[in-house]
Amino acid sequence: MKDPSHIPSSEVTPEETFLNRRFFMKSAIWAGSTLATAGLYRTFSPRPEVENTGTAIATVAEPSVQTALGADEKVNSFTDIAGYNNYYEFSTDKSEVAAKAKDFVTDPWSVQVGGLVQKPRSFDLADLLKFESVERTYRFRCVEGWSMVIPWVGFPLSKLLAMVEPLSAATHVAFETYYDVKQMPDSRYAGIDLPYVEGLRLDEAMHPLTLLATGLYGKTLPNQNGAPVRLVVPWKYGFKSIKSVVKITLMDREPPTTWSLANPGEYGFYSNVNPTVDHPRWSQAHERRIGEMGSRPTLMFNGYAEQVSHLYQGMDLSADF
Amino acid sequence: MTFSADTRFHRQLFLFNGLLPAVLILIDGWRGKLGANPVEFVTRATGVLTLVFLILTLLVTPLRKMYGWNWLLKQRRLLGLYAFFYGCAHLLTYLAYDRDWQLGTVIGDVYKRPFIAIGMFSFLLMVPLAVTSTNAMIKKLGGPRWAQLHRLTYYITIGGVLHYWIIVKSDVTYPLFFAVVLAVLLGWRVVATIKKARGAAPRAS
Repeated sequence: MKDPSHIPSSEVTPEETFLNRRFFMKSAIWAGSTLATAGLYRTFSPRPEVENTGTAIATVAEPSVQTALGADEKVNSFTDIAGYNNYYEFSTDKSEVAAKAKDFVTDPWSVQVGGLVQKPRSFDLADLLKFESVERTYRFRCVEGWSMVIPWVGFPLSKLLAMVEPLSAATHVAFETYYDVKQMPDSRYAGIDLPYVEGLRLDEAMHPLTLLATGLYGKTLPNQNGAPVRLVVPWKYGFKSIKSVVKITLMDREPPTTWSLANPGEYGFYSNVNPTVDHPRWSQAHERRIGEMGSRPTLMFNGYAEQVSHLYQGMDLSADF
Repeated sequence: MTFSADTRFHRQLFLFNGLLPAVLILIDGWRGKLGANPVEFVTRATGVLTLVFLILTLLVTPLRKMYGWNWLLKQRRLLGLYAFFYGCAHLLTYLAYDRDWQLGTVIGDVYKRPFIAIGMFSFLLMVPLAVTSTNAMIKKLGGPRWAQLHRLTYYITIGGVLHYWIIVKSDVTYPLFFAVVLAVLLGWRVVATIKKARGAAPRAS
């Protein structure tokens, strides 16, 4: 550096310019860092609200089916139901799924029903919507410890199974979700083997509460909720209610299921909601109802014990979890 | 005054940006914009922020040695205190909403769930570091002893990453990111120590 006394005064930056430049630089750093910090936060914070853009489905009343909720239980908002989804093919971030599944193609669609049946056949979307639809408001309990109340639209799976006439040898039903890595690029980070597969015992599948849902809140399903058709088994943890079904196969043995393949010690075939059997990494005794801040006790068979407990008589539910 | 000498500016910048996520979470919470499961989001956000600030404190030494950014050292305490601040927020969220203030159940939870035990242990290790972060305490302990104590940060961060890794159901992308960054930062220290030892020791023939 030159000795300051030898710098000609013409080379010295005027004080005003110097201060302006410092002020400008400081302001830029303030603005840049604030934008970066806030932007980073926004990237990871939950998405804004979602709209119900489905088409209306006509439903018929069914006074015979008892699915009453407790007096203190409210149906969750559409935004909660369609903005918070576990659909690992699209994203493992529940608030990202809606955006990632936006362009998922669900029409044309076909569900192949086969295996141990008299009349194997495929059902396209129009075939599925020909079934008489009903509205069923069920509790939905995720294995992660949160729950919702969802007004599904659909029809009992038993009606579809009756049409294909299961053989007497059939004891179980296997389900498979659509899988296409081109439409589901983030599925590479899912950490589970795909396509997603699930299964039920035949008597569970034939139970009147077991639903094939084609809609919710009176309209066709949003993509993120498993459009165009998904299973709903209200007394089991949510991951049993497989989404975007393309294949239903009747079998004479227990089919493999995705989460028990991924981690057999943590997820069993039955996966009935059961407050007395903990997940190895967290308790299942309580749940957080979406929309509420406190926690509420988890009910045996998610509150459907009266209707389904006879299916499991004589079974040790902590062994067959 | 040059940028690197403007300590007051650095302090304000770091103080503001460190607090900003907490302010944004509060604003979003106030407006009901924390998504369908605010408790889950706040728990995850405060946990991730704790890890971010722990990683930032560990970044200071390599940046100083590699680029000569010695001015960063004066802000390291603030970064560490922010890690503690977000760690406290994370613990409070857990106690209030996961445990419903039933503090007796925490012991059972620590015993039953290894990731809770690791998280709790890492948090407890942060307490003495926060307590000894004042100038008076540095003087009282003496530089070398203080530095030795504050090397606990390595174990705290390893515990934090492990805690995050175990709770994830199947997609380990984010915990993997933290693990890789941490491995690089600790690896750099190992290499630096070896180089220093070799440089200092007389060459063996």
